[in-house]
Amino acid sequence: MDDLIKYAPELALGFWENVKLSAVGAVVSLILGTILVAMRVSPTPVLRVVGTFYVNVVRNTPLTLVLAFSALGLSDQLGLVFSQVPRTNSFWIVAMGLSAYTAAFVCEALRSGINTVALGQAEAARAIGLTFSQSLRMIILPQAFRAVIAPLGSVMIAMIKNTTVATAGGYLADVAATMKIVFDDTGASIPIFIGIILAFMALTMPIGFFTGWLARRLAVAR
Amino acid sequence: MTENGDVTPLVQMENVNKHFGALHVLKDINLTVSRGEVLVVIGPSGGGKSTLCRTINRLETIDGGRIVFDGQVLPAEGKSLARLRSEVGMVFQSFNLFAHKTIRENVTLGPVKVRGQAKDAADKRAMELLERVGIAAQADKYPAQLSGGQQQRVAIARALAMDPKMILFDEPTSALDPEMVQEVLDVMIGLARDGMTMMVVTHEMGFARRAANRVVFMADGQIVEENTPDEFFTNAQTDRARDFLSKILTH
Repeated sequence: MDDLIKYAPELALGFWENVKLSAVGAVVSLILGTILVAMRVSPTPVLRVVGTFYVNVVRNTPLTLVLAFSALGLSDQLGLVFSQVPRTNSFWIVAMGLSAYTAAFVCEALRSGINTVALGQAEAARAIGLTFSQSLRMIILPQAFRAVIAPLGSVMIAMIKNTTVATAGGYLADVAATMKIVFDDTGASIPIFIGIILAFMALTMPIGFFTGWLARRLAVAR
Repeated sequence: MTENGDVTPLVQMENVNKHFGALHVLKDINLTVSRGEVLVVIGPSGGGKSTLCRTINRLETIDGGRIVFDGQVLPAEGKSLARLRSEVGMVFQSFNLFAHKTIRENVTLGPVKVRGQAKDAADKRAMELLERVGIAAQADKYPAQLSGGQQQRVAIARALAMDPKMILFDEPTSALDPEMVQEVLDVMIGLARDGMTMMVVTHEMGFARRAANRVVFMADGQIVEENTPDEFFTNAQTDRARDFLSKILTH
């Protein structure tokens, strides 16, 4: 218990990095996932192929490899640099890798939501003269989102926990990396383990409750 | 009932063919719909009536022939197709009101998003139309809170809000409980009297007798017979039509 109290400030700083990664990851992956699902259901074959290819490659690649590739491949080899400050650059590399990875799961959750929307909704939208993108934006996706709020919550929870592999992308400031550094000093500490677990639960459990509540509240009556 | 004395047909279908896989659902269809005409399409299930109706706003594509709407061949896709669809109202068997939008929003969506009307003006017009179909009091409810008959009347208001040149009705009363059929038919009869061009796929012979200018009898993907309602119901020319009528008119 003493270890936990002694190292709490460092661990808290580390955990704050996980929170920041989660926040960026949530926003970017939801946007990117929505773009991907629009591609996957679009009438343009090229977009469908690209969307499908992306989802199948990224979803089936281990996250540690996605992050390592982002850092070593995209950033070091191909020169994708967000900032000249190494620490800041690593943060964004990891945030983008995590978002790109999570977007594939967001896309598939949304796609299953689109399948719950009756075909007649899209036909009625087209029949009043809405274009494909208008009917997707105004009619299909709003109903699809509501149908998959709870599964999207699960995707977000997984994403938050996935921030702890940030080290694979060269970002050594998150709580898992901090924990490892602390353990190098103190040896493994069960109170520290438990403290970190509780911190994550405090972050993720409300998301589960909130999305469950929201899903019931916004359910589209048919 | 022609507007501006324009006597060119509103819809011209020339040798239209359509297959669903091996099934030949529309066979060399030639049909015109005049401006202001109320055309009722009847016939046995699977005869191609709904498909015919849905080709006019290209919810179904065709494999051969051509369809001219208001002097213009149906556009294949894109913005021009969307524009054409905005001029052709459609009322579906299963209503297809937007489930996540209120009744009022269902009616204003097209005018605001497709036509670019101001929201206030669209709202005002929506309320007039909802008044006309007798649903004004339910404007802020969601579709699932309304009965089938009410939903279908909203669907008609939604189509009218676009000031369409024509409205397609694809079996508008087939999914309704019997006691709700008449309220929808009454609205449709009103539209017919006001001179709206309508193509109505239906099994409601009473509506055909009261409101139609012409009846088209379809079976096996072909137009078997077309005539005035009186002639058709009392003096059908083909065996196929007489056989169909004997099955539905005996009770």
